[in-house]
Amino acid sequence: MIIELKNTTTREVASELLRARRNVGSASGMVLTLLVVSDEDHRDDALQAARASATAHPSRVIVVTYADGTPQLDAQIQVGEGIPGDMLALTMRGELAEHAGSVLLPLLLPDSPTIVWWPHDAPDHPSQDPVGKLADRRITDAASAADPQEALIARARNHTPGDTDLTWTRLTRWRALLAAALDQYPHTVTGALVRSAPDNAPALLLMAWLEERLGVEVKNEECTQAGVSEVRLTTKTGDIVINRGQSDSIALYNVPGQPERKVALRRRPLTDLLTEELQRMDADDVFEAAVGRILKMKDA
Amino acid sequence: MPHSSNNPLRDPQDRRLPQIAGPCVLVIFGVTGDLSRKKLMPAVYDLANRGMLPPGFGLVGFARRDWQDQDFAKVVHDAVKENSRTPFREEVWEQLLEGIRFVPGTFDSDESFDKLKDTICELDQARGTGGNHAFYLSIPPSSFEVVVSQLKKHGLTEEEQGGWNRVVIEKPFGHDLESAKELNAVVSSLFEPQEVFRIDHYLGKETVQNMLALRFANQMFEPLWNNHYVSHVQITMAEDIGIGGRAGYYDGIGAARDVIQNHLLQLLALTAMEEPTSFEASQLRAEKQKVLAAAHVPGDLSQTTARGQYCAGWQGAQQVKGYLEEDGVDAGSSTETFAAIRVDIDNRRWAGVPFYLRAAKRMPRRVTEVALSFKRAPHLPFTATDTEELGTNALVMRIQPDEGVTLRFGAKVPGTQMEIREVSMDFAYGGSFTESSPEAYERLILDVMLGDAPLFPQQEEVELSWSILDPVLEHWAAQPDQPEPYESGTWGPQNAVDMLARDGFAWRRP
Repeated sequence: MIIELKNTTTREVASELLRARRNVGSASGMVLTLLVVSDEDHRDDALQAARASATAHPSRVIVVTYADGTPQLDAQIQVGEGIPGDMLALTMRGELAEHAGSVLLPLLLPDSPTIVWWPHDAPDHPSQDPVGKLADRRITDAASAADPQEALIARARNHTPGDTDLTWTRLTRWRALLAAALDQYPHTVTGALVRSAPDNAPALLLMAWLEERLGVEVKNEECTQAGVSEVRLTTKTGDIVINRGQSDSIALYNVPGQPERKVALRRRPLTDLLTEELQRMDADDVFEAAVGRILKMKDA
Repeated sequence: MPHSSNNPLRDPQDRRLPQIAGPCVLVIFGVTGDLSRKKLMPAVYDLANRGMLPPGFGLVGFARRDWQDQDFAKVVHDAVKENSRTPFREEVWEQLLEGIRFVPGTFDSDESFDKLKDTICELDQARGTGGNHAFYLSIPPSSFEVVVSQLKKHGLTEEEQGGWNRVVIEKPFGHDLESAKELNAVVSSLFEPQEVFRIDHYLGKETVQNMLALRFANQMFEPLWNNHYVSHVQITMAEDIGIGGRAGYYDGIGAARDVIQNHLLQLLALTAMEEPTSFEASQLRAEKQKVLAAAHVPGDLSQTTARGQYCAGWQGAQQVKGYLEEDGVDAGSSTETFAAIRVDIDNRRWAGVPFYLRAAKRMPRRVTEVALSFKRAPHLPFTATDTEELGTNALVMRIQPDEGVTLRFGAKVPGTQMEIREVSMDFAYGGSFTESSPEAYERLILDVMLGDAPLFPQQEEVELSWSILDPVLEHWAAQPDQPEPYESGTWGPQNAVDMLARDGFAWRRP
């Protein structure tokens, strides 16, 4: 069921939403409100990703787009249509954009957490933003910025508990493998190296995490392959190496004294990343420590 | 525990990192069986796909087939493609494929077990599986003895430095107390108690684990969870299918041994136990054992138990055969396909609250649930006609299908008159967490590899369960008459209805 409302108010949106839910007879099991802030050019992409994430976490998804013009609110409500929760697309025109908080506040689900996701351009201070202020968790994506590494550093400077960046989520599989390697080969790491494309944001974050956890200096070596391609942890008795080489999906895994093995190490699609992000509602302390380390590395 | 706390890359705060099992070899005996194809192999793949298998994992199949490694790999590949929960990915398969081996042979062949030993040693070297081996006995209990003695004879479980050996067995864990003890003697001749993992796949289900969350993570249910408020508890596991082609297994076993002894008594233990001091295996087990030790089937067993046998009828819009007409079933068989027992628990919390357990085949639909029925309010300030439609409050934990929790309570029917009727408040797992939950076997296989045992019953629980059930089985065996027939596609025989009616209750229609 799709309802279009032009030049409307939040009261009308809320009552139409309630009516739509009654009509399709869906039970309320929604666990969170996801705010997606986008612009007109990227609106369709954002809608698609939000729709995919809503199938993983039944939620009220509110896609916010800003547009020029005289202050006005347009809304589109979708209930049913193969998505487990509600989907609202709100277009805020003109000056209304500055008061997005007042538009959104009555539409948030009671009690349950609110997450805001900026798939493209994010504010400098996510937690100070009118929409960001409403949220418990704020998700940005440095990869979509013109200079991802610079964007990541800026995020690090303005970090507030509850912020995360998808750069971090993209590293989860790498981090899991490295931790598993040290489970299997519990030796003291004396040095580390990350090979990556030049000025790579994930590599910077991975290095910061490794430095933070291992207490050793982590070197960076540039190479021509995209993204992070190799991590090497040096111990007295040999190196632990995980190397993705040219592959998109398979890495070679080496631990001293053991045969080389293949491991699956895939670049994950956006839906996977978002689904992982929505699993935890609390602040990510480990991420906070890692971005804190980035600043120390940069300021040193 | 596999994860040394001194791994600097691990942090309890870092909950994004999955628990990855240590390197090991999983050896499956009876690898050509249904369970292996439909559940075990897909579960192994799903674990790999979720990034929970270690680099350095080997899967060895042992069966009486003239197969090479690649033939077996093909079988695994097909089973995975057909039955896995997560999408098939070539790179994950490639990672698994490197460690797949097959050993052809019979359980009594020394040659085959020598070959098995060589294969495992080769994997330890080539895949770096570190001398860690899990033996999954997906075979009838009658073969346990020969397999276990072969493992011993060929030195397959000699521990290397730092390595472990574990054995996984499936129900039935015996057919009465005595046989359960014999079976245990066989297995424990080679494995230490903490190395034996008895799989009760029900305990791996998310919804069963959610019972612990519901009870112990919330403040509002626990005060009601006792004989002040609960009038009785019904634990049901109904299957809509008959015995299918499993007459050889089922005939002579029956519903009580097949389901009540393990699944239902475990559900009872989780429902009725006191709060464990932690979710460590030993603590959880201690509480389950205490409550099972306090449980018994009371009084005159002809009054507190009921049994039945399905006869021909229509089930699910299809005409179906009666139990006695099933292929391979003795025409005079007195095996029950419907079993119901009343269990009383002698402790302060539950004295006076009967627990009714029923397990049956050819029921109208497939459902497993635990339902707590509450007492009526002591005083109703309404006229009798106002509350005519009002039943009693109930809290239902739906285990499968449609996992979730239902609360039933009275609400006013809109209108000028005060009329109160039962309504349901529903929590559906699928509604709030659509991320598909892992299969029970995924969780359990991972736990075996991690050596994490809270979800596995130990021998003492098995023996306590048999002690509860044995008197009932003996009583039934001593009856000259057949179990009461019930038509397929109905909720069971009259004597089960009478059994509850005597206590002033009625079975819920789940």
